[in-house]
Amino acid sequence: MAWHIVNDRPVYIQLMEQLKQAIMRGEYPPGSRVPPVRDLARAAGVNPNTMQKALQELEREGVMYSNRTAGRFVTEDLSLLKQLGGRQAMNYTEQYYEKMIHMGYDRNAMEKLLVEYEQQRGDDRKE
Amino acid sequence: MSEILTINGLRKTFEGKPALDDVNVHLQSGKIYGLLGPNGSGKTTLIKLINGLLVPDRGEIYVEGHKPGPESKSVVSYLPDKLYFNTWMKVSDLLHYYADFYTDFDIQRAKDMLKRLQIDEHKKMKNLSKGTKEKVQLILVMSRRAKLYVLDEPIGGVDPAARDYILETIITNYDPEASVLMSTHLISDIENVLDEVIFIRDGQIVMAAVVDDIREREGKSVDELFREVFRC
Repeated sequence: MAWHIVNDRPVYIQLMEQLKQAIMRGEYPPGSRVPPVRDLARAAGVNPNTMQKALQELEREGVMYSNRTAGRFVTEDLSLLKQLGGRQAMNYTEQYYEKMIHMGYDRNAMEKLLVEYEQQRGDDRKE
Repeated sequence: MSEILTINGLRKTFEGKPALDDVNVHLQSGKIYGLLGPNGSGKTTLIKLINGLLVPDRGEIYVEGHKPGPESKSVVSYLPDKLYFNTWMKVSDLLHYYADFYTDFDIQRAKDMLKRLQIDEHKKMKNLSKGTKEKVQLILVMSRRAKLYVLDEPIGGVDPAARDYILETIITNYDPEASVLMSTHLISDIENVLDEVIFIRDGQIVMAAVVDDIREREGKSVDELFREVFRC
């Protein structure tokens, strides 16, 4: 997976977010094994201790679990993953909504823009 | 987790003026530390004291319980701020030179890294560019299986692509129990790999903190904080 780490927020929080997104995209399916800490750390260009912290926090949230001998796995609790996805989607919606309101668009204008955007996107794909 | 480096009440003067004063440092094993400070703040002096190249006026330094000397040098891999190799030597000569000096030197690891950075080991040092010489020196230092790596400005002279590779090497190659202390002023390039930072100014430690704590508390990068603390 592609990582993107910015400098002004705690690294482990960014790692947690991006790992959750990868899980929701299906890159790490429910019940699958999570790659070793060192491999993930190297791919993300971060310190293994920081990656370890992110994975431990995800365990604490129940997104992953450790099996003492076999390693670390993504949870099979689909309702938890769904809930996680819902929360993330709500975050994105909030960001979008706040930005649009800030620009002076109201709800109707947003809907119209969404429809317009989808059409344009469809046209682009045909070409 | 054990303490790999202990420094208490360290003082060093040059011509009567203190270069370091009442410095206390405690490094744990398995972590990467950044030693950050403006020019002339005492970074290199501190590093030289850790490596026994200078003698303190006061205070004590212990590496795994040993004062700087043969025992400490056998577990500390040191990258000085200057190139010190004989320029008539070939890169391959240096590999064997290091293997003779240090029992923990892993020559295969060094060869792999040279290959990855496309450095020809049959070339003489004097025929390599400044940046390439620095890479060779860093490769030699990182190829020891040491417990503490002390790196004085490890990435200053190398290009960004090699810098990424070197950082990757630092974070993945070293033993999980080993620690790294590196001084630099290229903070934004390395802050994602650091566990903790030590800010030094006018020979005194002004701050020692966990990188993610700084970001959480201040809402800014270590680089930004550094620019604020050391504003000229």
